[in-house]
Amino acid sequence: MSGARPAPSALLQRARTIVRDPFFRTGSREMMGTGLGIAAWGLVTGVAMIKSGLSLPLALFMGLTVYAGSAQLAVLPLMTVGAPLWVVWFTALCVNLRFVILSSMWRSYFAHLSLRHRLAIGYFSGDVIFVNFMGRYPEARPQAEQLPYFWGAALTNWLAWQIPSTLGIFLADRIPLSWGLGFAGVLALMGVLLSMLNDRATWVASVVACTAAVAAFALPLKLNILVAIAAAVAAGLVAERLQKQAQQLPGKAGKEARP
Amino acid sequence: MSGFLGFVACVGLIAITVLTRAFFMIPRKEVPLPQWLKRGLKYAPLAALAAVIAPEIVMSNGHFIHTLADARLPAAAVALVYFFYKRNILGTIALGMLVYLPLHIGLGW
Repeated sequence: MSGARPAPSALLQRARTIVRDPFFRTGSREMMGTGLGIAAWGLVTGVAMIKSGLSLPLALFMGLTVYAGSAQLAVLPLMTVGAPLWVVWFTALCVNLRFVILSSMWRSYFAHLSLRHRLAIGYFSGDVIFVNFMGRYPEARPQAEQLPYFWGAALTNWLAWQIPSTLGIFLADRIPLSWGLGFAGVLALMGVLLSMLNDRATWVASVVACTAAVAAFALPLKLNILVAIAAAVAAGLVAERLQKQAQQLPGKAGKEARP
Repeated sequence: MSGFLGFVACVGLIAITVLTRAFFMIPRKEVPLPQWLKRGLKYAPLAALAAVIAPEIVMSNGHFIHTLADARLPAAAVALVYFFYKRNILGTIALGMLVYLPLHIGLGW
């Protein structure tokens, strides 16, 4: 897929090959668990778009194209009060900064694809897809099965988000936000987070991230997320090092790591 | 914000979604990162998740909660315990909501 732009039929054929690959189904199946939470969150975002005063066409346009739940929820109040465009965009940029970090890891798997394909992968890659993908392919080495796996997961995630989000837009008057259905999304992400905790360093990093995110919550533009990431990366590296040192001490292997 | 301005805002938001999520995949050549940073970045995804979730569980309206009568606490606790026994995300969500919704809608916690 390099060089000349492929004809639509070639693209279609390529898409068909990807969809028929058994790993497409694997990727799709592994998204099902969190799908319920993603769906609840999508529904709430759909309702929130209408409740914050977007017109029906604009809400549909935003829901179907922007495809970034946390950024949408962050900019909706700003759009309601008619904040300047740059404030809206800057807020979305800050909320999405975590994806910039994740994109450096996507690169190790998909750098060989065409720019158009890389951009498409970027657009469709959400947090949960990233976690599933890294869980299955922890080694940063491209393999043929990764592409169908990714698209299976990505398409499932897209549907699990878009169908309820669109429903939420149309049923906004019947689904009160006060029910707190969005909490299902929090529980889904909690399950994903817990599934990533496999050693002391990951535990330390996530506890530090939780604490930092709450402590720095007053920062504008959701910058508390970035503060939490920086703190957790530092804490994770320190914990890794302490763990290694503890293992090297004779007779102390497996015991609590202390400086 | 409505009409044309809202449309323009959304077009910008689409660009932001693509540019942030594809950021390091865009240049043809790899952008060199120091080795320690590469190793440390593996903690970034779980930190991002933790940072999104934690305030949603223990804060409301930008403040740390002052009461234990909050439906999110027992729901999160039950979900946590269930996950470690069964390692099943779908069940974790379902059970958590089964605790959360009656307390939240019924008792107003």
